[in-house]
Amino acid sequence: MDTTEGNIIARKPGTSPISLITRAVSWFLGLGDYIFAPIQKRVGHVRMAYVFVLPNLLIFGIFILFPMLLNFYYGFTSGESILPENRTFVGTENLEKLLQCDNYLDPNTCDEDLFWRGVSNTGLYVVSEVTLLVIFALTTALALNSNVAGRAFFRSVFFYPVLLSPVVVALIWKWLLQQDGLLNAFIVSMGGERAPFLLDGGWSQFWVIIVGVWAQMGFYTLILLAGLQSIPADLYEASSIDGANAFRTFRSITLPLLMPTMFVVLVLSLIRAVQVFDHVYVLTNGGPGTATLFIVQYIYRTAFSNRNFGLAAAASLLLALVLLLLTVAQLRLGRRVDAT
Amino acid sequence: MKQKALFILLTVFVLSLLAIPLTAQDAVELRITWYNDGNEGEVLRDLLDRYQADNPGITVVVDTIPYADLDTTLQPQVETGNGPDMARVTDVARYKPYYLDMRPYMSDADAWEANWPSAIIDWMQKDAEDTGLYGFMTNATVTGPFINRTLFEQAGVAVPSDEKAEVSWEEWVAAATQVAEAVSSPDNTVYAVSIDRSGHRVWGPALSNGATFAQFDENGNAVTDDNGNVVYTVDSPGFRETAQMIVDWHTEGITPAEVWVGAGGSYASGRDIFVNGQLVLFMSGSWQVGAFATNIGDAFDWEAIPNPCGAGGCTGMPGGAALMAFSETEHPEEVTALMEYLSSDEILTEFASRTLFPNYDVRLSEHGVDFQTDLPAAKNSLDTFAAEIPHISAEAWVLQTAKNSFALNTGIRERLTQVITGELTLDEAIIRIQEEVDEASAAS
Repeated sequence: MDTTEGNIIARKPGTSPISLITRAVSWFLGLGDYIFAPIQKRVGHVRMAYVFVLPNLLIFGIFILFPMLLNFYYGFTSGESILPENRTFVGTENLEKLLQCDNYLDPNTCDEDLFWRGVSNTGLYVVSEVTLLVIFALTTALALNSNVAGRAFFRSVFFYPVLLSPVVVALIWKWLLQQDGLLNAFIVSMGGERAPFLLDGGWSQFWVIIVGVWAQMGFYTLILLAGLQSIPADLYEASSIDGANAFRTFRSITLPLLMPTMFVVLVLSLIRAVQVFDHVYVLTNGGPGTATLFIVQYIYRTAFSNRNFGLAAAASLLLALVLLLLTVAQLRLGRRVDAT
Repeated sequence: MKQKALFILLTVFVLSLLAIPLTAQDAVELRITWYNDGNEGEVLRDLLDRYQADNPGITVVVDTIPYADLDTTLQPQVETGNGPDMARVTDVARYKPYYLDMRPYMSDADAWEANWPSAIIDWMQKDAEDTGLYGFMTNATVTGPFINRTLFEQAGVAVPSDEKAEVSWEEWVAAATQVAEAVSSPDNTVYAVSIDRSGHRVWGPALSNGATFAQFDENGNAVTDDNGNVVYTVDSPGFRETAQMIVDWHTEGITPAEVWVGAGGSYASGRDIFVNGQLVLFMSGSWQVGAFATNIGDAFDWEAIPNPCGAGGCTGMPGGAALMAFSETEHPEEVTALMEYLSSDEILTEFASRTLFPNYDVRLSEHGVDFQTDLPAAKNSLDTFAAEIPHISAEAWVLQTAKNSFALNTGIRERLTQVITGELTLDEAIIRIQEEVDEASAAS
């Protein structure tokens, strides 16, 4: 139907392109009736919700739940085969081997010294990376929240590394840091000597942290920026009228109101840091020696290089336990932060 | 009514799409997992294209992966029954339970068997009673060093092997260090020596220096445990001497640290450094000849030299890659036919000739291979490696073929790196390697 100068003109339905598309979509969706109508008749409309989530549950079950259960079983078995039926049940032998240590601060006194080197390296990485990440992300978010020129451009710039694959990130940095890399070429051209950025334990640990921060900072900056923008502007106006300086405003308004967001950033980055693997695998592959061997890489190496799937699975159970504790802590602290 | 008609039409269309693969069932696709050291991937593709042209129903897909990822990719695949039809492997013993016995499908199994030395057939078979035929060697390898002769000439240092037949590691490294010091400049660091980051590569020098990993009974057979695994003892003066020698290279800064220290947990090689002319002596193996012929050519004079000698002789490590068929294949006849084609005298000779890879194949040994290179360096190097084969010790063959040798290989590679970086002492490293070897033997 259409109206022109008060006259009603009858129009054949379905002649405009939009109308054709609408009808095609409607017809296509109508095909679903042939599938879902009989199911709904059988299970009733209340239970249809389960039907709709079933595909997702199946994917979760097959690709997440089942491998988790399989991993749990592998943790209590030994043998070289990857097939469960060919493996020997050994009880808690793998866990005992991992946890047997005369002095937990000295990996050389542990039965499975590489696991404890991984634990120690991961601890150092988590503390350093998360601290730097939160500081840099907060600083950047504060800068981007102000009326700086080219704000939109800089937001994109800081977010850009997040879009890159960790492998690409690591390859770019490797190109910069390797012995004949760009950074060393620059140092040599300035009359200096090549630095062993990826050949010295200390340097390597430093660079994997920096690369981790560089790659992820944009994501957390964005979260903090959203938190900053949710703080009501009138609070800042009030503090300005009261004569508060920038630091006082930050300490008394920004920081307290940003705490829930900061908390999210802290927990997310903490969990992600414990799971660090990809960029380190490409950048240093755990070296030099075991200086950047983290828990996940220890698990990978134990399973696929040393073919000890049982020990690797047991180590991943311990890692899962740590992550579970972190998640529980997040939930509890999150409730407390929300309550305050 | 119209909607119902459309629905029926759509259903017919979908069913017709599903029918296409059914009609195409006659076509057989075979998959080969492959890795490259040089140009062999190109040569293989060419040979396969010719095979496909003669056999229109067959398509052969080659999945090329880096050597460093070969076993981590292949093992889960074959164990779960999702492996390729064939794969080029170096750790032949690792996949023994999963190989396809091609004997029943072969046109002439006895002739095939006669083409290979019994040691090669034994290596592929499960035990002494097994008569299965599972694959063939694409190439034979021997480990050994290469030198950059041009650097020796530039430095005015005599090449030790020009002056006497048996040269020790100590003498080679002293000469190479002298060369490196003479030709290095602030803009261009030249290293004296580098050895591949691999336990396998360390075995040769260690055995030459008198290491005794395996014990032998009065019949000359390696002593095995209840599981049939060779009993290894890591600690011996020869192994200590070799391990300390490699650690000292790093302490003295005469070797590129990227190879052992910078590689993390995987195999690494100083090949690129040698190709760039920044390495005097490079301990690797015969599989590098093809790559050097392509990448170095005659840019400088390079050549393989005989394995350095010590208290235990002058042995290199045997080895090579084998193309193995896997039992999970849906097309055993087609796989066998392809394997027979690739291992036929004509094709294998062409493969060896074009890739500059020698082979253990009896026919090739008898009629020889005209390696397709005008480079004297490549020809001479291949001759040098061929001359090394008789010097390979019995223990070297045991190390190469025993199922649990992988733990000794990986253990030496990883733990020796930890000694180099100062995380472990050599004593601690030897204890750790021994534990890992024992655990692997008990688990297999």
